[in-house]
Amino acid sequence: MGLVLNEDEVMLRESAEGFFADKAPVTELRKLRDGNDETGFSRELWKEMADMGFAGILVPEEHGGVDMGYMAAGLVAEQMGRNLTASPFLSTAILAATALRNSGTPEQQAAWLPKIAAGDVIMALALDEGGKHNPRGTTVTAKPSGNGFKISGHKAMVVDGHVADALIVAARTSGEPGDADGISLFIVDPKSKGVDVERTIMVDSRNAARVDFDEVEVAGDALLGSLDEGMDALGTVLNAGRAAVAAELLGTSDQAFQITVDYLKERKQFGKIIGEFQALQHRASHLYSEMELCRSAVLAALTAMDANDKNTSLYCAMAKAKLGSVAKLAGVEGVQMHGGVGMTDEYDIGLYLKRIRVAQELFGDAHYHMDQIASAMNY
Amino acid sequence: MGHLDDFRAETRAWLEENCPESMRTPFSNDGDACWGGRNWTFASDDQKIWLERCVAKGYTAPTWDEKYGGAGLDRAQERILRQEMKRINARLPLSSFGIWMLGPALLKFGSEEQKLKYLPPITRGEIRWCQGYSEPAAGSDLASLATKAEDKGDHFLVNGQKVWTSYADKADWIFCLVRTDNSGTKHQGISFVLFDMESEGVEARPIKLISGRSPFCETFFENVKVPKENLVGELGQGWTIAKYLLTHEREMIGEMEAPRPLSEVAAQTMGLVDGKLPDSLLRGKIAEAEIDDWAFKMTMGRLLSEAKAGMSLGAKSSMLKYYGTELNKRRLELMMDAAGQDGLEWESDRSNDGQLARSWLRTKGNSIEGGTSEVQLNIISKHILQLPGA
Ligand SMILES: Cc1cc2nc3c(=O)[nH]c(=O)nc-3n(C[C@H](O)[C@H](O)[C@H](O)COP(=O)(O)OP(=O)(O)OC[C@H]3O[C@@H](n4cnc5c(N)ncnc54)[C@H](O)[C@@H]3O)c2cc1C
Repeated sequence: MGLVLNEDEVMLRESAEGFFADKAPVTELRKLRDGNDETGFSRELWKEMADMGFAGILVPEEHGGVDMGYMAAGLVAEQMGRNLTASPFLSTAILAATALRNSGTPEQQAAWLPKIAAGDVIMALALDEGGKHNPRGTTVTAKPSGNGFKISGHKAMVVDGHVADALIVAARTSGEPGDADGISLFIVDPKSKGVDVERTIMVDSRNAARVDFDEVEVAGDALLGSLDEGMDALGTVLNAGRAAVAAELLGTSDQAFQITVDYLKERKQFGKIIGEFQALQHRASHLYSEMELCRSAVLAALTAMDANDKNTSLYCAMAKAKLGSVAKLAGVEGVQMHGGVGMTDEYDIGLYLKRIRVAQELFGDAHYHMDQIASAMNY
Repeated sequence: MGHLDDFRAETRAWLEENCPESMRTPFSNDGDACWGGRNWTFASDDQKIWLERCVAKGYTAPTWDEKYGGAGLDRAQERILRQEMKRINARLPLSSFGIWMLGPALLKFGSEEQKLKYLPPITRGEIRWCQGYSEPAAGSDLASLATKAEDKGDHFLVNGQKVWTSYADKADWIFCLVRTDNSGTKHQGISFVLFDMESEGVEARPIKLISGRSPFCETFFENVKVPKENLVGELGQGWTIAKYLLTHEREMIGEMEAPRPLSEVAAQTMGLVDGKLPDSLLRGKIAEAEIDDWAFKMTMGRLLSEAKAGMSLGAKSSMLKYYGTELNKRRLELMMDAAGQDGLEWESDRSNDGQLARSWLRTKGNSIEGGTSEVQLNIISKHILQLPGA
């Protein structure tokens, strides 16, 4: 793997860089938060992102997308990470688009993909149920009922679930919690009878939902992918999610690092610029080295996604694990090196710390992935 | 990409044909490497044959020009050669400070005469070199070195002492930093000279290390005559050359690859229970180190592809050196953890004379040799992060 961007990718990165810095910098997140915005992101921005091709970045051209692949999606995610941009990019353009394009029936694809690309729908993945990511632990059930199914149970951390037009729900159609087999995916209208959605505003001022399903009836054609074999479809969706969140974390942590290095060059104590203190220089240089590894890990995961490499799952897991740990370090060190102002709401570094905390948890934290990787590698 | 595919196919076929079977296993200890030199005795016929065949192909220094004994490969081809060698676990045919350190410096700063004189014997493994940089009072602060070279018309007269000179007792020649002028700043007045270790007045005394081995020496120079033509670059240009050489040395140290994955070694030493290492905390740390190892390899590949062909990585080589060596130390600590009490045996056939313990101790030097980790962090702070006062 060369891991060097080609000309098209460099152009895309530059246009995303300009776009998010201009339209959705950190001040926009503050506005949404301080104005108690009921959506939690700007629908106008999402529309503009669709016009830029970002919403349809993984949608095939025949469905109105630009179909640029995961490297491109990762480059966009990185810039959003840098600016702490709130948008349904992850839930809709990455997770839902991946699920539909890989596992959807032609009817499902025709129904949803063009709307995703146009920025006309928001879709959310309802997978996790408890505090920790644990796909196999799925307890929500879908029982056969007439020509369809009845879904019951509880989902949590449904990113963008509070405003989703459709939910992709992982439910158990056979087996026991803990089994990889027996999980199926369903497309569920949150306005259906028996669905209760509670918006959860998270520590990073972004939004998810807790969703209750009380004998929610869905038709047979709500099934996305094969019955009982939802883990196959989910596998690709989670690879995409992990690679994209890792890419976002790369942007977030690199920006946190940059802000911190800038501060080291500005703040004076003991008659010196604090960046002159070797204790801080070495910690910053260590972090720099870790960030270099992070960039390679993310590029390797995205490259593997696009190439359908046999190591894709492993690379995505490793990238997510690496970014999870290093981003936390970047956040923690960032606040510490800012001193007291790092604890204030006025300085941005705290916002980065908070977003990192959320993103590192999504789709498995570093510990989760270390465990999974060790098992996958037979040790 | 067509010509690269062809190159890969040719290389694969050549290796299949020419690499002896016994040269297709990773080094099991330091004794397995071939260093060459006037007094080298080959460990086996295969070691000799493998070296000779690679020499004929220019594969001991693949990127050097053919007239200097190389194969004239570009970086992409060199990578392919390395990948193909790795694929069959082919051993490095020749380990050499001449190839890793002196060569790049001579290629950049040497005269054509010097290149033609010194490079081919290096690639053939005929002359073994050592590095005379550090002195008792000049370690991290290398530029404060005091070994003196006086101008005596047609030669320099060298007096002083070096230390930590790796393999000085086995090397044929030395590339050495000497002070030719005391009047300016400490970085000025340093020159880069080459001389034969058999010259009168040179003495190398081995130093015993914590690993029980003696790979390096204190090296003394008393009125050593060094011909003027052995000066590389300009008089007083030594610091620039020394720094350039160090970036190559650092890349090289940072790139050292582990022969076997840590997890595989741990699984073998500890055994598995229900398919898992029996110590779950250690298992987590091993997984973490394996992830870092992967990300580090990806980074090396990326930085080498980003750097233009033939260009050094500059200050980024400090990052590779720092991270790679610290990671290697972590790796050996974890291997010792996995081996537990069995890893503590020092003198037994069972332990191959304490091979693991000795390797573990050796890695402690990785983050010291070629500039300490702290020095690498200083370089990153100054040249990459551009922090004040670094
Ligand atoms: C295995 C091995 C092989 C070697 N081979 C060779 C060789 O072939 N040729 C050769 O010339 N040399 C060789 N060396 C020497 C090596 O380059 C020096 O040991 C190294 O540069 C450190 O110098 P020192 O030992 O004097 O330590 P010191 O410079 O005394 O360092 C002691 C401690 O102080 C720290 N320190 C020093 N300065 C600073 C600073 N500015 N900021 C923060 N911390 C600092 C160091 O990081 C270290 O932790 C070898 C060393 C080893 C271990």
